[in-house]
Amino acid sequence: MAVSILHRVTGVALSFAGLGILAWWLFAISGGPDAYGNFEAVVNYRFYQVPLALIVLVGLTWSFFQHLLSGIRHLVMDTGAAFELGINKTFAILTIVGSVVLTAALWVFLLGVAK
Amino acid sequence: MSLGDSATPLGRVRGLGSAHHGGEHWLTERVTSIALLFLGTWFIASLLLLPKLDQRTLIEWLHAPSGAIPMALLIIVGFRHALDGVKVVVDDYVHEEGSRFAWNTLLLFLAVGGGAIALFALARIAFGAVA
Repeated sequence: MAVSILHRVTGVALSFAGLGILAWWLFAISGGPDAYGNFEAVVNYRFYQVPLALIVLVGLTWSFFQHLLSGIRHLVMDTGAAFELGINKTFAILTIVGSVVLTAALWVFLLGVAK
Repeated sequence: MSLGDSATPLGRVRGLGSAHHGGEHWLTERVTSIALLFLGTWFIASLLLLPKLDQRTLIEWLHAPSGAIPMALLIIVGFRHALDGVKVVVDDYVHEEGSRFAWNTLLLFLAVGGGAIALFALARIAFGAVA
């Protein structure tokens, strides 16, 4: 139930914020070093030490992994499988554990490369 | 299960859920989701494998066919999947016919417009010079 709602919420977030930022990012890359510098400045902007855009990006990568994993769960359930209470619940919890672990791993790696 | 076996006469005439049309949309949403499993994994893996994330490296990545082609597919399939997915939310929560049409039309324009912007930017990178 909760994971099903998360699937919708993360899907909407990815549709608007995710694809919006993807389009903006590509536009910035295509616009040359100065345009890309502006994009990087926004990403690295800190509001009283709080990296706002970075938090949005972390949220979006978590949304991506959560939506991907719960999407796989929905595809499995579309075949009529995994409706048993125990399996269903375990699967739902695993999507959340998986998305958090993948997001953490990705950002530890990304921030490590940036430095 | 064919529709004729399960539906009441009224259900057979209407034959429709909240989307007000048949199963094509449902299936497209799933097929694009399978494509995005691959394209999304490719995107994340590519960002991880690039040595740096500066403008020059990104240009080189998207200038090559190995970067430009999957990115074009990611844009097209991604915006299509987003449009199909958000439409389900609109169809579920907006009940008045006129409002639903307005929302779905607005979202169609946003998806096509956003996709066009992203594809234009990609084309400029892919077919432009590597600075």
